Amino acid sequence: MSDEVRVQISSDEDLVAARAEARALADRLGFSRTDVTLIATAISEIARNIVVHVGEGEITMRPVYEELRHGLVVVARDEGLGIGDVSAALDSGYASRGGLGLGLPGARRLMDEFEVESARDKGTTITMTKWRVRDELERIRERRSRSASPPPSELNGR
Amino acid sequence: MAVAVLNQRDYLIASIQSDLSDTEVLQLRDDLAERVGTLRARGLIIDVAALDVIDSFVARALRSIAVTARLRGAETVVVGIRPDVAIALVQFDLNLEPIRAALDVDEALEVLDRMALKDGARDV
Repeated sequence: MSDEVRVQISSDEDLVAARAEARALADRLGFSRTDVTLIATAISEIARNIVVHVGEGEITMRPVYEELRHGLVVVARDEGLGIGDVSAALDSGYASRGGLGLGLPGARRLMDEFEVESARDKGTTITMTKWRVRDELERIRERRSRSASPPPSELNGR
Repeated sequence: MAVAVLNQRDYLIASIQSDLSDTEVLQLRDDLAERVGTLRARGLIIDVAALDVIDSFVARALRSIAVTARLRGAETVVVGIRPDVAIALVQFDLNLEPIRAALDVDEALEVLDRMALKDGARDV
């Protein structure tokens, strides 16, 4: 079973699904309630960007397991016209199509890592990650249960 | 729609029951603007406790509901913003100005009562 979650985005109703899936996965990864909400809010923003600016695209969410931290990586892809000026789009106040220009910069502030790749006519890919630091207790518990079952990092190959 | 609207005295109370799509949020805005007039409401309370995400779109819609309601003669109080949602709004750098917020419906009713006492004529 893969932990990866894909949500096709083509209407505003898909945002509801994207938010719910984001919550479920972040919750499963042990993020705090606040972080779960930050992640779901960031995903809502970039999903809306797809609906408003391109019409359709896809959001993929997957867990990353490291020894010292677990993460949730979100990749949003569309095949639209691309963002002309990425650094301007990441500036608060850059508004196109009647938006408030808060979407991308807002999502960036809610996540730990945020990267935009965009080329004219080649679409846009946004990759953003939220990390959760694993404390000593959690790691000790994992080591103790390791003999019984393989750790998630071996199950997921990353 | 997943919003229950009821009136209590001359106040209108809209309780959002579940996450809403953008279309439903806009429907709610139009619906409340209409009802404030037909019911001659002086206050509007929106309970958002069921919303586990308030992103820029929803924040803008709530502001727009409040401004519209004010132009129709009613003040708006938003109640039930969850702590994690409040933190997200701050981190996002979104604010809900000029909306007033209260913890729950009872507190919102008090706020509206006090406002009604204070100003007979209100500024727009």
